[in-house]
Amino acid sequence: MIYSLIGYYSLILGLIIGLLLFYFSYKNFYNSSILDTKILSFTFLQLFFVLISFLCLIFSFVISDFSNQTVFNNSHTTKPLFYKISGTWGNHEGSLLLWLLVLTLFIFLFLVRTKNQPVKYKILTLVFQQIIIVGFFLFLIKTSNPFNYIFPTPTEGLGLNPILQDPALAIHPPILYLGYVGSSIIFSSVLAATSLKIISTSWALHIKKWILISWIFLTLGILLGSIWAYYELGWGGFWFWDPVENVSLMPWLALTTLLHCILVLEKKSILTSWVIILSIATFTLSMCGTFLVRSGILNSVHTFANDPERGLFILVFLFILILLSILIFFLFHKDNNKKSYNFFWLSKETSILINNWFMMYFLSVVLIGTVYPIFLDVISSQKISVGPPFYHKLIIPFLIPFLIMMVIGPKLKWIKSQLEDKIYLISFFIISNLLAYLVLKNFNQNILINTILISSALYLFFITLRDFFIKKYKNISQNIAHFGFSLLILSILFNNLFSSEIITNLKVGETFEDSKTKIVFESVDQKKEHNYNAIIANFSILNSSGELDKLSPELRIYNQPVIATSEADIKTTLMSDKFIVINLVQNQDFFNVRYQVKPFMLWIWLSVILISFAGIISFFKKNYEK
Amino acid sequence: MYGRKVKLRFLFVVIILITLILTTFLILNSLEENVVYFKSPSEIKSLTELDKNKIRVGGMVKKNSISINSDEVNFIITDFKNEINVIYSGAVPSLFAEGKGVVAEGFLKDRNFFSAIKILAKHDENYMPPEVKEALGEK
Repeated sequence: MIYSLIGYYSLILGLIIGLLLFYFSYKNFYNSSILDTKILSFTFLQLFFVLISFLCLIFSFVISDFSNQTVFNNSHTTKPLFYKISGTWGNHEGSLLLWLLVLTLFIFLFLVRTKNQPVKYKILTLVFQQIIIVGFFLFLIKTSNPFNYIFPTPTEGLGLNPILQDPALAIHPPILYLGYVGSSIIFSSVLAATSLKIISTSWALHIKKWILISWIFLTLGILLGSIWAYYELGWGGFWFWDPVENVSLMPWLALTTLLHCILVLEKKSILTSWVIILSIATFTLSMCGTFLVRSGILNSVHTFANDPERGLFILVFLFILILLSILIFFLFHKDNNKKSYNFFWLSKETSILINNWFMMYFLSVVLIGTVYPIFLDVISSQKISVGPPFYHKLIIPFLIPFLIMMVIGPKLKWIKSQLEDKIYLISFFIISNLLAYLVLKNFNQNILINTILISSALYLFFITLRDFFIKKYKNISQNIAHFGFSLLILSILFNNLFSSEIITNLKVGETFEDSKTKIVFESVDQKKEHNYNAIIANFSILNSSGELDKLSPELRIYNQPVIATSEADIKTTLMSDKFIVINLVQNQDFFNVRYQVKPFMLWIWLSVILISFAGIISFFKKNYEK
Repeated sequence: MYGRKVKLRFLFVVIILITLILTTFLILNSLEENVVYFKSPSEIKSLTELDKNKIRVGGMVKKNSISINSDEVNFIITDFKNEINVIYSGAVPSLFAEGKGVVAEGFLKDRNFFSAIKILAKHDENYMPPEVKEALGEK
């Protein structure tokens, strides 16, 4: 009770401080020799109040205070402590409070960490960020207050959806939000820099850090969500082109493009329009993602409540932000074409531009695939869904030139360049082609597009690997990131091509046998935990090479709320994953068994980790030089 | 008449325009090929022509209609006005049960038989796809 009160009034105080900050910024802006210390302390105070509010919500969850509606709807006394805490952001209200916390945290860090930039720029960034923050305060207090009362106080809560009770998903939202919301600071500072016309190489150097932070967290956040989907949803896949996954991929594509542009801007004062538009796009796409997911338009595990008022609020807010940024872009931004800057067609600049266009293409494919069904529903009330074939058909062929560009691009020099190491490039190209052909020939996979795709991925793989061991090559983070990407594409391809699957219905004691695999359903055990009962099925699986695996997938029936979930059992080795999941069909003796062998599964995760690791290196590297 | 620079720029714009048009065409074209329409059992009954493409059927799993053997799961999807038999061999999601909402993806054999290749998982026991909710009307 007391926590709810403290939490609620902290939010109000935070909002008031937000409004006060506008006033201080206004005063400071016209008298801006130094940054007013009041601004810094009030920003800190705002962060402090939001933090208090957030901690209050966590405490309410920990002590199971069911007079709080959010706690009542999403918690239960029998839930383990870890999931009580993670339940705080596993729901709509709490996750928005987390948004707010990250928003205030980032602007505070921004003000503290930013040096050598004009004071006016700092103040203006704060103002734009406060517009977003105040918007979110209003949204939270008005439509989704996390501290609503229930009277009389219920004795027991409704519980958290069991598929959310999982370690990967417990940390997935905070990590993803750091990425999503991190893009807000890029948005604010780009608007500030555009208004003051200070977009330059030194500004690029400073904002690159923030782009990297956001990018690293977004990458890791998507990875966690993907790993979770793999072992919890029981499909044995890691990416389903589900709208909810797409809305996290879109900001990632925009942010990755932005990262490449900022690297150009950092060296040469070009591509400024690209940088501005991409920064705006990244944040807008993050907001759109929140809107689509929270408004109930996309139905998924992330949809907690369908409240049209919430959707409308975010939509209006989004329009205001977009309008504001477009106005600023057109009013203040003038491409300084006067000192006309020309570059030769074969140069690093061109290759980055080509990369941009490719990324924009991928982005629009994903965007159209995600938005089109909603659009069609609104105008003609036809229900459709756009499945993986659409994305595969439109993305895979374009990956081939994209991969080859990733080999050639980094080899080029600024302004005008000639291709060096021609012999290496060509010989590696031939080797990759031969290798791809041999691999596929051996496994009776003779699809032309696969061969070409694998050879271009192998090509990137070899070239980046070779560059890694050559001393004269300087840009290590780029090298690792590109290497990771080639590894990712290769693992996904091999995973798709060589996965095998057996689906069958078995009773206890029965055996399934085909030419390669023998699955024996040995026995069933029962297990009782305090928040669920489980049926554990024991399988022994013998494959053609004589390996015997014991796998025990579970079927859990959670008591609050009563939901059955199936827990896959996965045996991970370096080369492949063995994945088994069962389901019991109501009132029947048969268990529905799905057994999959998925090669290179581990490498998909590892390559994404490698890619984000490259970001981390890049983040710390510049600190050295400065 | 025009300078070399203007000509080059003109060429550049034309190339970009052509690429844009081509991409739009490509995207729209594959969109048309790859969308999956959603139908309720009643809508299928009133079809004048059988769809050859992949479609989705949604509704409730009829009570006492699931029968299972070693290769197949058979059940009936109903919207309380009409129903359709579904033949399926594959993995079922954990929330697949009688009296619950379901969406099956596959091909129509005729107006009464549907051969499913995928049954979609639900994340929540109370969750009903909006399509199903609409197909069921006020229920």
